[in-house]
Amino acid sequence: MTYSVGLTAVLVLLWLTLSGQYTLSGDYPLVIGFGVLSVVATVALTARMRILDRETVPILPALPLAMYWIWLGREILAANLAVVKLVMKPEIDVEPRLVRVPAEQRSGLGHAVFANSITLTPGTVTIDVEEDGFLIHALDTSFTDPAGFAEMGARSDLASDGKRKVL
Amino acid sequence: MDMFNFIMALGMACAMAIMLARLFAGPTLYDRVLAANSFGTKTILFLLVFSALSGRQDAIDIAMLYALINFVATIAILKFFRYRSLEISLAQMSLRRAVDGEDEA
Amino acid sequence: MSGAEIWHHLLFAISVASMSAGLVFVLAGAIGVIRLPDFYTRMHAAGVTDTLGAELVILGLILQAGDWQTMAKLALVGLLLFLTSPTATHAVANAAHRAGHKPDLAHFKPSHPRDLADEEGKA
Repeated sequence: MTYSVGLTAVLVLLWLTLSGQYTLSGDYPLVIGFGVLSVVATVALTARMRILDRETVPILPALPLAMYWIWLGREILAANLAVVKLVMKPEIDVEPRLVRVPAEQRSGLGHAVFANSITLTPGTVTIDVEEDGFLIHALDTSFTDPAGFAEMGARSDLASDGKRKVL
Repeated sequence: MDMFNFIMALGMACAMAIMLARLFAGPTLYDRVLAANSFGTKTILFLLVFSALSGRQDAIDIAMLYALINFVATIAILKFFRYRSLEISLAQMSLRRAVDGEDEA
Repeated sequence: MSGAEIWHHLLFAISVASMSAGLVFVLAGAIGVIRLPDFYTRMHAAGVTDTLGAELVILGLILQAGDWQTMAKLALVGLLLFLTSPTATHAVANAAHRAGHKPDLAHFKPSHPRDLADEEGKA
């Protein structure tokens, strides 16, 4: 029930934003009609397919994730500057590495946030998911600091609230 | 502001040209897919700057559509070249993975 | 100069700075794609430097947009790029890895992080 209300609210907002017609007495009352029709059809079909759960409608604890994103933004900026410096050197001097990083998050969402954070940070990309960790390709040896990965993993675990399970 | 936006559009066009060079030169398939995806991102930025430059709102909608199609197209190309078919279900995929093992060819 | 005018000039300056930084990141990523030696290293330049560059350009465009609808649409495009770009990069990398495309390394066998420190002499 919460999920269907949330989905309806998001879809209505999306329709109003994209169409720009939010009065019934406007030039095109038809636009609002189509909007109502599509929102109702989408919510009904989603409910009928039984995929109306936490994964489809991620109503998350917003504050910890927002704090985490601010921290992650600083990391991304610093790593981006490092990658640009590496690329702009007159001679390319990189030492790529494959690293395994243990993933100790308690929830599936924590794993997803951690893997996505690693990919978002320039210089490191998650290549594969193994049973107890991630396989990561790093552009240079300076990006493979285990302490940095451990801090990011702990922070993503806290931000995504380990008590809740996705899937 | 118009002058600045024009320079931005030129810069995006340069980046797109470089991506096209990698698209044609790329030795492996994955280089080409990556270049195509990156080219798409630059096209989106070009469209957005173009919309600010010309004052046409529709370009933003087109850019949004392009962002969605770009992502789906990348995944579809990768799926096609892995399974040589687009009509394969999730169940078949996991079966293939189980049969192939970790397929470290 | 009135307050509104100062505000306008400030927004203009921030917008120009943000978009220029974004252009620098995007161009650096493009140059990296040409210069770096193998697929996996190119992936870092193409997939990821793009994300920050695109977000900065979109931030600059939001600051110079006049009405709220344009701002909301631009923010939506930014959100889409922020979510799909790393996913696409991971998809390409994973596909290459699963297909047996080996990265160009000094030694291929990856080691566990705990014995990485003593094994590797930094260049």
